[in-house]
Amino acid sequence: MKPAAFEYSRPADIDEVCALLAADDGARVIAGGQTLVPLMAMRLARPSRLIDIARIPGLAFVREEGNEVVVGATTRQHVVESDPVVRAKLPLLAKVMPFVGHTATRARGTVGGSLVNGDPAAEIVLVAVTLGAALIWRDGGTNHSIAASDFFLGPMVTALPLTACLAEARFPVWPEPRVGVGFHEVSARQSDFAFVSAAAQIALDADGRCTRAAIGIGAATAVPLRLDAVAQALQGQRYDETKVRESAKAALADIEPMADLHASAEYRKRVAATMAVRAIADAYQDAARRA
Amino acid sequence: MTAPGKFRFVSSDRRVREDRRFVVGKGSFAADIVPQGVKHVALVTCPHPAARIVSIDKAAALAIPGVHYVLEGAELAGATNVLAAGLDTPNVPRYPLALNVARYAGEWVAAVVADSRALAEDAAEAVAIEYAPLPFILDADEAYKPGSTLVHEAHGSNVLLDRTFVWGEVEQDFAVSPHRLKHRVKWGRSSTVPIETFGVTASWDPWREILDIWASIQMPKYPDQTAMVLKIPMSSVRVHYDVDVGGSYGVKRGIKHTVLVGYLSKRLGMPVRLIEDRLENMRGGDMHGPERNFDVEVAFDDQGIIRSMKMRALDNVGAYAGRSPFQLGKPVGAIVGPYKIKSVQYQAIAVVTNKTVQEAVRAFGQSPTNYAIERTIDEVAVKLGLDRLEIRRRNMIRHEEFPYLIPSGSTYDSGDYHTVIDKVLAHAGYGELIAERDRLRSAGTLAGIGIAACLEPSGGNSSFEPLLNPKVGTTTWMDSCRISIDLVGSITATMHTTSAGQGHETLVGTVVGEVLEVDPDKVRVVRSDSLNALPSNSPVGSRMAIMLGGAAFHAAKQLKDKLTAIAAHDLGVPVERIAYKDGSAFDTSAPDKKRTWAELVTMAHRHIHKLPEGMEPGLSVSHIMPVPMGGGLPTADGRVQMYPCYSFEFHLMLVTIDPDLGKPEIKRYVIGHDCGTVINPKIVRGMTLGGIAHGIGAALYEEFAYNEDGLLVAQNFMDYLLPSAHEVPFVEIVHHETPSPLTVFGQKGSGESGYLGAPAAIASAVNDAVRPLGIVVDSLPIKVARLGDMIAQARENNAREAKKGN
Amino acid sequence: MKVELDINRQKHTVEVEPRLSLLDCLRDKLLLIGAHAGCEHGVCGACTVLVDGAAIRSCLMFAVQADGVAITTIEGLSPGPGELSPLQDAFCETHGMQCGYCTPAMILAAHALLSKNASPTREEIVDAISGNICRCTGYAQIVEAIALAAERMRGQNDPVRP
Repeated sequence: MKPAAFEYSRPADIDEVCALLAADDGARVIAGGQTLVPLMAMRLARPSRLIDIARIPGLAFVREEGNEVVVGATTRQHVVESDPVVRAKLPLLAKVMPFVGHTATRARGTVGGSLVNGDPAAEIVLVAVTLGAALIWRDGGTNHSIAASDFFLGPMVTALPLTACLAEARFPVWPEPRVGVGFHEVSARQSDFAFVSAAAQIALDADGRCTRAAIGIGAATAVPLRLDAVAQALQGQRYDETKVRESAKAALADIEPMADLHASAEYRKRVAATMAVRAIADAYQDAARRA
Repeated sequence: MTAPGKFRFVSSDRRVREDRRFVVGKGSFAADIVPQGVKHVALVTCPHPAARIVSIDKAAALAIPGVHYVLEGAELAGATNVLAAGLDTPNVPRYPLALNVARYAGEWVAAVVADSRALAEDAAEAVAIEYAPLPFILDADEAYKPGSTLVHEAHGSNVLLDRTFVWGEVEQDFAVSPHRLKHRVKWGRSSTVPIETFGVTASWDPWREILDIWASIQMPKYPDQTAMVLKIPMSSVRVHYDVDVGGSYGVKRGIKHTVLVGYLSKRLGMPVRLIEDRLENMRGGDMHGPERNFDVEVAFDDQGIIRSMKMRALDNVGAYAGRSPFQLGKPVGAIVGPYKIKSVQYQAIAVVTNKTVQEAVRAFGQSPTNYAIERTIDEVAVKLGLDRLEIRRRNMIRHEEFPYLIPSGSTYDSGDYHTVIDKVLAHAGYGELIAERDRLRSAGTLAGIGIAACLEPSGGNSSFEPLLNPKVGTTTWMDSCRISIDLVGSITATMHTTSAGQGHETLVGTVVGEVLEVDPDKVRVVRSDSLNALPSNSPVGSRMAIMLGGAAFHAAKQLKDKLTAIAAHDLGVPVERIAYKDGSAFDTSAPDKKRTWAELVTMAHRHIHKLPEGMEPGLSVSHIMPVPMGGGLPTADGRVQMYPCYSFEFHLMLVTIDPDLGKPEIKRYVIGHDCGTVINPKIVRGMTLGGIAHGIGAALYEEFAYNEDGLLVAQNFMDYLLPSAHEVPFVEIVHHETPSPLTVFGQKGSGESGYLGAPAAIASAVNDAVRPLGIVVDSLPIKVARLGDMIAQARENNAREAKKGN
Repeated sequence: MKVELDINRQKHTVEVEPRLSLLDCLRDKLLLIGAHAGCEHGVCGACTVLVDGAAIRSCLMFAVQADGVAITTIEGLSPGPGELSPLQDAFCETHGMQCGYCTPAMILAAHALLSKNASPTREEIVDAISGNICRCTGYAQIVEAIALAAERMRGQNDPVRP
């Protein structure tokens, strides 16, 4: 299981990355390599050139800018996992990070790599869609911004142009004082890709009523789903399991779930509702704990 | 932990000597051995489940610089004999590379030799093969039917073995029993999948005429089969047994790999190696385990006493006949489990299909059989409304009934099943466990208690060979040990096979130390190569504590007797008056008259004039040990002593299942384990816990799944799911020792422990949990989403029924 | 390509093809054979080494990516010939292995954990080794080894201990 031969480049900056991509149709960007390299080992991916962006200055960072937390594309997942800004301002991202692969893959894997890879079961992808992150790529010497929900087009398919390189992801920070999050996923083994996952972020007023909610379902369909109708229905509501279940089921009634070796489409559809309910319940509880 | 006093070193909690080299990365595994100039093999494999090979174009591959050779099946088959098969099936020939027809997806069609593995893979891609796809068959029931698609045209059917044994008055016992129960359970296709793939390096020296082989092998008859297939004398094959094997659990039997690289090394005059990559290993490494459908029918009375059993085991052995059909034979030696079932009808069927070839897997068919027996006992209990434990107690052989002859001809040596169960129940707090299950149930979770009581036949012998293939008359599988005390008094013991983590060097050191009353750590233990080896049949069938331990014991005992005789002669007293203690020998009636170790050793090696007349000088002894109770051929109706010793294990667990997700979780796991005298507690504990982890894998996660196109879809570690530390729960072991009367210390085998009963226990727990829903889970593995779908369907049906009822 | 590697605090310059994994480079070029190939697609963890103190999969990293980082292999853990680190010794004490194939990687994963967390809980130990598959042991004696090593290492500076 050895990759086919390739050339290796380590450009100095992101514009050089784009130039290299433009010059060679077969070139691929590598950051952490935790998804790409296995595909190369099995020769399911055969890039003619690997463009290593891991050491480009200024692409690995976490910082707060206004009402956003910005995460640089090559920021290692284990850095985000323990980053104090993420913990304080992006509780949903902090919550899912331990579910991303294993300790050893988070030490190499990057946030940008996960996003660009576009696996519908990837936790970081789900958070980006659920929270409505903006993804910024560099192409032709300029920056372009796209909403996460427009970025993911299908399993492992994104809107990223062939000559572009992701630079950063901008996650909105909710200013409300009582924000809670919930995340659930089901898989065969604890660290496998989920059959279904659900993420919820909810803001409560002093009375315990929802003032804002974001709900997302991952792994069930070709791209993560945002359950905006469910979020809408939660407005002004205290937690009511029956109502939540009904609205989740209704929101998921027409989805087209994927099926594979490990889980049927029926399973994914049915369990998506369960996962959503559990994530929402957790988010309510989490928010309620905050003064 | 302290030694229980009976022994000085045996049973004491000593470190395992092998561990020191492994913790510093200084093991010597097959891939670590790199002869100068070695070339690398990569394989071209068939992408179809069945296809005629129309043409092979090697030109593009050979044009790549650094590529030395492309070997195809016709050349190899022309130069070698067919690979040995266990059964008498001459029309099912098997070669390392497919000859004209490939019969499963992943089968090796050509082998490329190059300067590096990466180059070999490049070249393998460049070999252009034209295939004409053929009809294929995957399902064992279908394959068994007359007129089904044939895997091997010349054989005339897909059936390799179909034999029905009747032991006792089965029909009569059925006729007089008031109750019967018949059901089908399935054991899915999984394997033990070591983390090290199979690897072998061969180097032919044409001047010495020796083929050196370094392999991660665990296989009886490996050097002789290699020699016979390659048509060279066995004295030209030198297998190096000092290679550390990175896990095997039965499956490291790369005979086809070895023949391939052996041939290539001879053909090319270069050392050649094949280290399987994971895809080659999973698809074409021929290491899948049993895939079995059991139809079991039992006859029993109102008390739940099971009088008779009819078992039909249909095994899907994959595309060729290796040794794997024998895995239907070994369970004959424990076909009634720990129960007093008077009569048995056993139909053993092996069919070929277009799946990857099956190989021996830990327990050699006993774990699936135990699963079928235990599932049946549970169902009988349910049918009669009896407690699952109580029914087991009633049917079990009692301590005072040993030795106990079962209908199929094996005598169980010893056991104390009821006591082990009582100890486990007391340890676990059985009443509290049931209360906990019921609490969980009333809180809305599915919860179940799993129970399994299983035997581990040990001391592995070959009796299944003559049982299933009358042309084979092998009646024992000896193992051996040679011990020498050198002229300065150091002790070196030699063993004659590889190990795959079973701690055999520690075993030998402990036994020799025990007998000669010296520090076991001072006993050097080395491995021979096959050219200077005594007979061994490798660590299979839970045999080494009994067989290697026994051989080491007897060799050491002979040395001790010799030292005693030398002392007696030199002291001029009768040998009966000499006592041996801590390496010295003294006159029991005058204890100050003694000869020390140094004096005895010096006499034996240098002062021949002081030795008793006719005594061989030096201190070197070999012992070749036959299997206890072995040596008998099967009777005409197929009764035979299979293995000599029978370990026992009793599993008790609490499992919850999230009713919405179908995800099982083991909340508590207690195992009672009795393998007689334990020689090394650390090793036995590790074997048992590791076996349970394998069992958890087979029961819940691991499956070589195929799609409708006949392709193996679980062929990498993202889809074939090995339990990680997350998935294996904390397991409590309750220890009990019922010594075997047949072995030197009372030891029995434990190399397969845990695995023998864990799948049965998990199936028992899951079924206990879902039974309130009115469903039965009758096949392994029990995968999350599949179980989730079953539960959802059942709830929906039940809700509909309830509505109707209203 | 030429790449300069810092392995076990020693510098090595090696000539590699870009497609050579760090694992194969360690084994084939530098004869550091304690890192093992298990799956070569990043699942089993047998190839684990430390990069800047973090456990990583050396089959998922190319040697050309590995310049300028500090690599530690199992060969770098033992204090001297014939000597064991406290963690290695603890693995021997509990028999936290059988065949020894996954062992170097398991010890490195544990080493990375203990260097960040001197008093890990059982859950933390389990999680830290959950990316390393062992087929022999069922993990219990491995978890015990790591807990024992942690305990002993915490006591290392305790003056009452011999």
